[in-house]
Amino acid sequence: MSNLPSIDDEQVETLIDDVLDQYGYDFTGYSRASLKRRLNRLYSLDKQVSFAEFRYKIGSDSVYFKRFVEQITVNVTEMFRDPNFYKTLRDNVLPTLATYPFIRIWLAGCSTGEEAYSMAIVLKELNLLHKSLIYATDINPTVLEKAAQGMFPLSQMKQYSENYIASGGKADFSSYYSANYSLAKFDVDLKEKMIFSTHNLVSDHSFNEFQLILCRNVLIYFDRDLQFKVLQLFDNSLDNLGFLALGTKETTDFSPISKRYKRLEMEKIWRKTVNEKL
Amino acid sequence: MKNCEALIIGGSAGSLDVLIKVLPSIDIDITFPIIIVLHRKKGTDSLLSDLLSTKTKLTVKEAEEKENILPKTIYIVPSDYHLLFEKDFTFSLDYSEKVNYSRPSIDVTFQSAAEVYKDKLVCLLLSGSNADGVNGLIMVKEFGGEVAVQNPKTAQVDYMPNQAILRANVDEILDVELMADYINKLN
Ligand SMILES: C[S@@+](CC[C@H](N)C(=O)[O-])C[C@H]1O[C@@H](n2cnc3c(N)ncnc32)[C@H](O)[C@@H]1O
Repeated sequence: MSNLPSIDDEQVETLIDDVLDQYGYDFTGYSRASLKRRLNRLYSLDKQVSFAEFRYKIGSDSVYFKRFVEQITVNVTEMFRDPNFYKTLRDNVLPTLATYPFIRIWLAGCSTGEEAYSMAIVLKELNLLHKSLIYATDINPTVLEKAAQGMFPLSQMKQYSENYIASGGKADFSSYYSANYSLAKFDVDLKEKMIFSTHNLVSDHSFNEFQLILCRNVLIYFDRDLQFKVLQLFDNSLDNLGFLALGTKETTDFSPISKRYKRLEMEKIWRKTVNEKL
Repeated sequence: MKNCEALIIGGSAGSLDVLIKVLPSIDIDITFPIIIVLHRKKGTDSLLSDLLSTKTKLTVKEAEEKENILPKTIYIVPSDYHLLFEKDFTFSLDYSEKVNYSRPSIDVTFQSAAEVYKDKLVCLLLSGSNADGVNGLIMVKEFGGEVAVQNPKTAQVDYMPNQAILRANVDEILDVELMADYINKLN
């Protein structure tokens, strides 16, 4: 069998145009290398036989379009991914925010919610969960439904427990969930302070003011222009002295907002500095 | 191949030693970038870059997303991300599912590069205990690139190069001592 990809560069552009025209989803600022790989993956997963049929199905079948969005975006995530990052949140960022009467946190591109439950656990252990609100958003409604259920594969718990301990967690990680067949169901009180909602970083606006924004491993899928646009959206949505956290390979450097942000040593966390009035 | 525009070296168990032997003899005036994809534990990135940079005068750095790919530079693919190539010769990083239980996956990087560099790409697969990279080599060949593997007899773990020889139409089978010379002639 040939290894050659079925969908070429031009066809990628055709699909991007179609989807923008017909559904208003704008993928024009996305990394083409990743899109092309995901499109070819979907094409072969679904045993498509011709580009014309694939294109027609995406354009005419809104149920299939839902699958399309799910599959061309990357939803892989973990609890306590990058333990050192959570350690810095626990030891440095959240204690700083503890003085606020109320802490609003935005997790943009939260995928299936592992990040949100990790955050809730840290907040709970710092005794801050009761006065926090976690807005967890994503472009993809299907991952948000999963996130709201708070059930993750039991097979992952060993890894997550190791991550949790490495991030400075002191409790018994298994005390946060109950095993339910092959799933770990996380305590409902962890999600009491979570609000799940679709939000498209490309086209939707700022919807609140936050003290902490996490957007990890989403910007790597965007080209520079779109990255800058989204960073501007975060800047508009962040309080003075608020914190912005990105993925380990992402940065605010090169972007117009960078001059207002001071990086916390080591981690990809920046603090917005007070805008001195001239 | 002459006028190579990118060399990608992939490897798993047993390939770090090979790189340590080969890098010191690579000319500093090579006219292409070298991209290295190694399977390893996550979070060991700076260690690897530091170690390899003591073995060469070429710049050694971690590949960063949206970065322009420059000649005379050795890029290390970060752990826990796949590395992809954009048509404008910049890198993208990707956190999608593991491929062959690996992230970074050698297949993913070889395949992405094959489409961008076509017949100006050379890929070299070293020692390792799984077959990640072999499908990539096949695709590199289909796009007209050149593929080489470490001589399995010289590999600490010969499964990976053996699989490549079995399944891909390999152009060169190289002893470790001859690798630097092969690379220097790709100019
Ligand atoms: C690789 S996951 C990252 C999950 C998590 N933040 C982490 O780092 O583990 C990327 C997420 O970004 C979401 N995403 C992609 N494009 C988006 C957009 N335009 N607006 C909001 N979310 C988006 C995807 O649906 C996916 O859930």
